[in-house]
Amino acid sequence: MIPLPPSAPPGVLTGEGLCAHVSCYPTREQYVELVRAFKDDGFEMCVDLCAVDYLEHPDRALPPGVARTRFEVVVNLLSLSKRQRVRIRVQAGDEPEVDSLFELYPGTEAMEREAFDLLGVLFRGHPDLTRILMPEEWEGHPLRKDYGSGRVPVQFKEAPGPR
Amino acid sequence: MSDDTVRTVERVELLTAETSEGVQELQRRERTTATELGREVGAVLRGDGHTFDPNSVDYDRRDDETMIINMGPSHPSTHGVLRLMLELDGEFVLRTKPVIGYLHTGMEKTGEELSYVQGATNVTRMDYLSPVINELCYSMAVEQLLGIEVPERAIWIRMLMSELNRMSSHLVWMATNGMDLGSTSMMIYGLRERELILAFFEKTAGLRLNLNYVRPGGVAADLPDGWQDDVQVICDTIAERTYEYDQLLTGQPIFRQRLIGVAPILAEEALALGVTGPLLRSTGVAWDLRRAMPYLAYDQVEFDVIVGTFGDNFDRYAIRLNEIRESIRIVRQCVDKMPGGDYRSQDPKVTPPPRARIGESMEALIHHFKLFTEGFHVPAGEVYLPVESPRGELGCYIVSDGGAKPYRLHVRAPSFVNLQAVPLLMRGGSVSDAITCISTVDPVMGEVDR
Repeated sequence: MIPLPPSAPPGVLTGEGLCAHVSCYPTREQYVELVRAFKDDGFEMCVDLCAVDYLEHPDRALPPGVARTRFEVVVNLLSLSKRQRVRIRVQAGDEPEVDSLFELYPGTEAMEREAFDLLGVLFRGHPDLTRILMPEEWEGHPLRKDYGSGRVPVQFKEAPGPR
Repeated sequence: MSDDTVRTVERVELLTAETSEGVQELQRRERTTATELGREVGAVLRGDGHTFDPNSVDYDRRDDETMIINMGPSHPSTHGVLRLMLELDGEFVLRTKPVIGYLHTGMEKTGEELSYVQGATNVTRMDYLSPVINELCYSMAVEQLLGIEVPERAIWIRMLMSELNRMSSHLVWMATNGMDLGSTSMMIYGLRERELILAFFEKTAGLRLNLNYVRPGGVAADLPDGWQDDVQVICDTIAERTYEYDQLLTGQPIFRQRLIGVAPILAEEALALGVTGPLLRSTGVAWDLRRAMPYLAYDQVEFDVIVGTFGDNFDRYAIRLNEIRESIRIVRQCVDKMPGGDYRSQDPKVTPPPRARIGESMEALIHHFKLFTEGFHVPAGEVYLPVESPRGELGCYIVSDGGAKPYRLHVRAPSFVNLQAVPLLMRGGSVSDAITCISTVDPVMGEVDR
């Protein structure tokens, strides 16, 4: 495990992460500050951002002290210079809403749109938070665990009704 | 900016209530703020010393001087169903917005409903030009969660197949890129050479495209008898023909003029956008996961990481052509160093009993049945595992809740992220250069939309 960068906000919980040099569990308030600290510390790239709906798996392993919420946003940062990876898992709340990383890593634009589209996570400060994969008028967020795949009739604009 | 542009979280109720055409699309200039214009042309990327100047995007330009046209989703050069909205000033592109989702089939959701045994058949269809590498990424992530070791021979077989797949993927790219630039001969040649590799895949795995060959625990079958000769022929033939491509394309004046200096990208822009693969290497950043963070046995073979200088279309072409040659080098070393032994883990948890035992042993039959109906249980946990696909960093994030199916399967698709560089690359170029831009970014729409 590598130590957190010196400018990281105090009190961020850390733990071991599989295939990552450290796994961090910031609160929503610490989240952007922590990512900024990693960026200043030489993590040039945000390779991945996704969200997970833990509705049916609430008792997942988390370090003591982390307040569990239904949604989690998972960010994987990469340092090309140090050849290190860190994983940041932020508890995004039951009505998921976190700050956008767009200002720090513009490459998260599409990934945050995807997380919004498929899981309904709101990213404050995102410049263009619209659906990216689903049609614009789609209702609901398909990757949520209460979405019920296979039972929802296909919704398309101007599609003929049931015959 | 008029009120019906819905962009921010504060107005999310409008966003979800919005049913009219146009939220995902490129907005007209009168509806777009200067900051938004700057974002769309990539000014936000130049954090150091290149502050955003509203004049650089002609904020005052009136709408009737420009034209927004739609390219795709079914345009032959968009490599699938990519739709681009282009704002044009005559022949020149001012702004671009890729609109994706036309091939979205919910594969991540499907992945949650398939067991770990079946999962490889799902991920292999994402990036349909490099199926082996998709399976590899998925299988290695599952193995990490299971904590099992893979036999030495399986590791080398995986490496051999990955590199053959990288060659075939780059050959398709050479073919389609040639086609986009008007060289129909290259189209035929690229697909002809790829056929050699697909024939070997068929001989090895039984299928040509979606192999389902790499599975958690090893590979599905051992290499066929006489595989060394087949691989040798593939290597010799393609190595020789890369020099024919040089004669056909690399030195060809029209081809060079279409590529050199067109659509450059800076290293800092590429890093900020999260761009990986040949697109990042063309800017001079020598970042290849096979070298930087070796997996499989890439630390035991010799190869060079091909790096460009200018980040333009020609660099991306040259990188892919030379990566074919490097892959041939790796494949030849795989042939020489291929160890003996098992081709899949003998851990009964993930590996079915041999075919011969099923007929004579009831326990083996039950074991086989359980493994393919219920599947194996994977300890709870989460892992993000990256590998280097022909298009960049392919990552697989799996969350397991201890059951036989992934709780969440997320694939970090390199094309999806690389596509964000398209508006930046196209700005200021002509429409015909836009075609080469899409081509050299090399998006596979199956992977973009998943």
